[in-house]
Amino acid sequence: MNKQMSLQEIVGQLRDGMTIGIGGWGPRRKPMALIREILKSDLKDLTIVAYGGADVGMLCAAGKVRKLVFAFVSLDFIPLEPYFRATRQSGNLEVMEIDEGMMLLGLRAAAWGCPFIPTKVGLGTDVIKFNPDIKVIDSPYDDKEWVAMPALKLDVALVHVNRADVRGVCQITAPDHHMDDWFVRAADKTFVTSEEIVEAEAFADPAQARLVFWERNYTTGVALVPGGAHPSSCSPNYGFDIPHFQEYNASAKEGGFAAYFDKYIKDSSEEEYQAKVGGLDAIRKLPQPVY
Amino acid sequence: MSTPASDYSLAELMICANAAAYEHDGEVLVTGIGVLQRIAASLAMLTTNPGIMMTDSEAWILSTPNPVGKRPDDFVQMNENWMGFSRIFDNVWSGRRHLTGGPTQIDRFGQANISAMGGDYQKPKVQMLGVRGFPGNSICHANSYMVPAHGPRVFIEGECDVVCTIGFNPDRLPKGYSFDEIDLRCVYTNLGVFDFNGPNRQMQIVSLHPGVTVEEVVANTGFEVHVPDTIATTAAPTEEQLAVIRQIDPHNLRSKQLKDNPAGVRL
Repeated sequence: MNKQMSLQEIVGQLRDGMTIGIGGWGPRRKPMALIREILKSDLKDLTIVAYGGADVGMLCAAGKVRKLVFAFVSLDFIPLEPYFRATRQSGNLEVMEIDEGMMLLGLRAAAWGCPFIPTKVGLGTDVIKFNPDIKVIDSPYDDKEWVAMPALKLDVALVHVNRADVRGVCQITAPDHHMDDWFVRAADKTFVTSEEIVEAEAFADPAQARLVFWERNYTTGVALVPGGAHPSSCSPNYGFDIPHFQEYNASAKEGGFAAYFDKYIKDSSEEEYQAKVGGLDAIRKLPQPVY
Repeated sequence: MSTPASDYSLAELMICANAAAYEHDGEVLVTGIGVLQRIAASLAMLTTNPGIMMTDSEAWILSTPNPVGKRPDDFVQMNENWMGFSRIFDNVWSGRRHLTGGPTQIDRFGQANISAMGGDYQKPKVQMLGVRGFPGNSICHANSYMVPAHGPRVFIEGECDVVCTIGFNPDRLPKGYSFDEIDLRCVYTNLGVFDFNGPNRQMQIVSLHPGVTVEEVVANTGFEVHVPDTIATTAAPTEEQLAVIRQIDPHNLRSKQLKDNPAGVRL
């Protein structure tokens, strides 16, 4: 069993109008090589579900997003993501803005085959006012009303991991695997990029196996892309690229996304992209962020 | 033993005021979003309430709070348990948490906004973060807020442009709920300390910082603030508190949080 694929083969599996969940969190462990590949493709009208960072900003800027399901979009040390911000302020983005925890419940509902999960989260706020599709229901067990957080069923999940084998056993050695396991379980297909491809024996040690957060029958394809989370972080391999994010952020004020895209992504393979940002060795030396 | 300090900054005064919020909370997860809020949480954990739990803002609960800013290369943080983001919800939806955030807007109902401002929802004038975890925080556990620049653009006349938290708006009270279930505590600003325990849950003055007048608060609040008969002066930090603050914030990041880093006592 060998699920290895190239970035191009993975993006070749995506279709216009798909609902795509993206793992990671803000500027942390985003599958950016896959995002760059999508940016170079003709894909359009995507519904994106994410704890958003530059992945969301870039897809919005490139006009790939028809609808965004989000709780926040942020680069952490640059709190406001410039292109997400510009796209929202242009009025050209359909959104489903929900609480961070509601997103987790929506992914869990999808993973478990439930139409919704009840929660009090969202009551009394504009989350239920601005999302008429999210219903508030009576409980069969008490006299309160509850938010029926609908399942966020994904066609595809895209995630970036530290290590994987060719069968799709994926390991996240970073301190937090975030909600990646729930994105994977909510999706019909999951495509993974990995810093490293290892032999199956690498997971024999129970301490290593405990860092595997979903089972390989959820993994559709794996691409070896060391440095593939750049400019987001991939702890413990590398931190996020602060100067690069600053340049990206500044491009929103001068030049626009087209200038950034033309400089780094257009007509460039991932290897060429990495050469432009200093090379893989430089990426691997990016310091870990201090929170 | 405590010695009131004579020389302290407004930021340090706000830190100590915010730290007092957690004194009687017992064993709760305390989250301070923002530099001053985080120093305040750390100060409370190291002094008045050792039961407090804090995270490293990444994936671990700490037995001792991490200092803010860059740490020495040989620094080893005191992990207590793993607490990735998904597990945060497992803990805090139980109610065992007190968070101090820093919203952009607060209205007369105690509702807060960090999502977007102006225009309309489909096309906001200023897009900010998004609602983040505020809806869940507000209905599940205790919340306080810090406001570095008390003014009518923060304490707005109308309702928040995007209501991110449940507050005390009667029109929004969910079926079967009582406002007694909403645990909105205090607001700490550069002018004073406020709570929502005035008549009909109106925001009221708890204490004013040294040299601040009621008139100044009224003029800088976009809605009517309740003025009780007796108003305390916010307690000065003690020398002991300032010593702990210097340990938590060795690079003096607190001095960069308020415009011109004003003194705690106005001349």
